[in-house]
Amino acid sequence: MNLDFSQIVPYIPFMLEGIWVTIRFVIVAIILGFILGTLLALCKISSIRLLRAIAGSYTSIFRGTPLILQLMLFHYAVPQLTGYDITPFMSAILAFGLNSAAYVSEIIRAGIQAVDKGQTEAAKALGVPYREMMIDIILPQAMKNILPALMNEFITLTKESALVSTIGYLDLMRRSQVVGSSLFRNFEPLLFVGVIYWLMVTGLSVLGRMVERRLNVSD
Amino acid sequence: MLVIKVENLSKKFGDNEVLKDISAEVKKGEVVSIIGPSGSGKSTFLRCINLLEKPTAGKIFVAGQELTDPKINVTKAREKVGMVFQHFHLFPHLTVLENLTYAPMKVKKETKTVAQEKARELLLKVGLAEKADAYPNSLSGGQKQRVAIARALSMEPDLMLFDEPTSALDPEMVKEVLDVMKDLAHSGMTMAVVTHEMGFAREVADRVLFLDEGRLVESGEPIPFFENPQTERAKSFLDKIL
Ligand SMILES: Nc1ncnc2c1ncn2[C@@H]1O[C@H](COP(=O)(O)OP(=O)(O)OP(=O)(O)O)[C@@H](O)[C@H]1O
Ligand SMILES: [Mg+2]
Repeated sequence: MNLDFSQIVPYIPFMLEGIWVTIRFVIVAIILGFILGTLLALCKISSIRLLRAIAGSYTSIFRGTPLILQLMLFHYAVPQLTGYDITPFMSAILAFGLNSAAYVSEIIRAGIQAVDKGQTEAAKALGVPYREMMIDIILPQAMKNILPALMNEFITLTKESALVSTIGYLDLMRRSQVVGSSLFRNFEPLLFVGVIYWLMVTGLSVLGRMVERRLNVSD
Repeated sequence: MLVIKVENLSKKFGDNEVLKDISAEVKKGEVVSIIGPSGSGKSTFLRCINLLEKPTAGKIFVAGQELTDPKINVTKAREKVGMVFQHFHLFPHLTVLENLTYAPMKVKKETKTVAQEKARELLLKVGLAEKADAYPNSLSGGQKQRVAIARALSMEPDLMLFDEPTSALDPEMVKEVLDVMKDLAHSGMTMAVVTHEMGFAREVADRVLFLDEGRLVESGEPIPFFENPQTERAKSFLDKIL
């Protein structure tokens, strides 16, 4: 075994820059996924059948096909169909955001539906309107179920984000490959970014556990 | 004056007709007990009166307003009908006081000061003034149900509906809840109470409605009803439970 980390030293700043590149699109994708996912979840619990059907099909499609395929579709099909070029960043947030929305909507729907039906009935019986009931009574209780699962989803998204290297987005993963091919040594740069991914994910897990503990205190 | 007027009410769940052509009236200040075997439609009947269930046919009037009018604002109409559930359904993430002030502040736009003042008065009435800042999970079943009654009263309803308010309680806690309900009855509140507590029906109710298989089979004053039921069905029901 001849590991030699000294050779990657000049490339470390280049690779570290990838952290921000990765985080930047992960954050945008998470926000997009969360907002769209919340809207989809509201459609799923609505009494209007059409909205339920739309949200259901959306989820089924995005969960039922490979993420890498969705990514490729956005990146290669959009320019072909519309004539507009799409940057790797745009394709990345679209694919990851829309994909994540499907999972987030399921998490939120399940969280809301796990709240005792009696809570809805009690609020209704007091004459509380739907919006206020959702915001003040149902969602705060649903958060206990939702937040831990949501944190898991964010962690998954962070790890899976490495897929964007396949469309030429210069993220952490892609940078390690660039360094690898210019050094003709892949193991060291891969190991290096592997540690960075692990640190990011572990950080998120710790954050998640802190949030969870916070929630349980209010019991 | 009539507080509840039900005309030819029926309710179906799919093909299952749970309420069949029920007509009934409750006058202001009257206490009505609704009794009958399990599955006879007592809860459904009560839930139709605040539109937690949507009637399939028939008309329901509460305080002169037709609830079954398709143009009605359902949320608004419910404000005037208080409901107490078997399993309390207090809001677990709010304190006892907040449980009582939430709807008056949100729905009736009362100020916090006014709502809290009224809430403390109600808590005093149900004997739980010292629990204002406690969370529901720290209360006993009987205390929870008394808070639930106070919460329903916080909206100053014209009418209170009770669906088996003591059935989920340990026996030693039944009395404290029934006592609160008796006080309420004596204060002139109009009440419809689904109950298995025949003692309460006999002592407190002005009238008993007996439901069986979705029909209103018999109704009358408690003493004659319990001593001398007019229908076979009521007779055999009373024989079983008394
Ligand atoms: N949401 C619903 N969907 C379908 N069927 C229902 C629903 N709610 C009640 N039912 C049916 O309606 C019938 C009457 O139910 P209901 O709860 O009104 O009876 P009940 O007299 O209150 O009985 P219990 O004494 O057991 O509470 C039952 O056969 C029940 O299965
Ligand atoms: Mg019932």
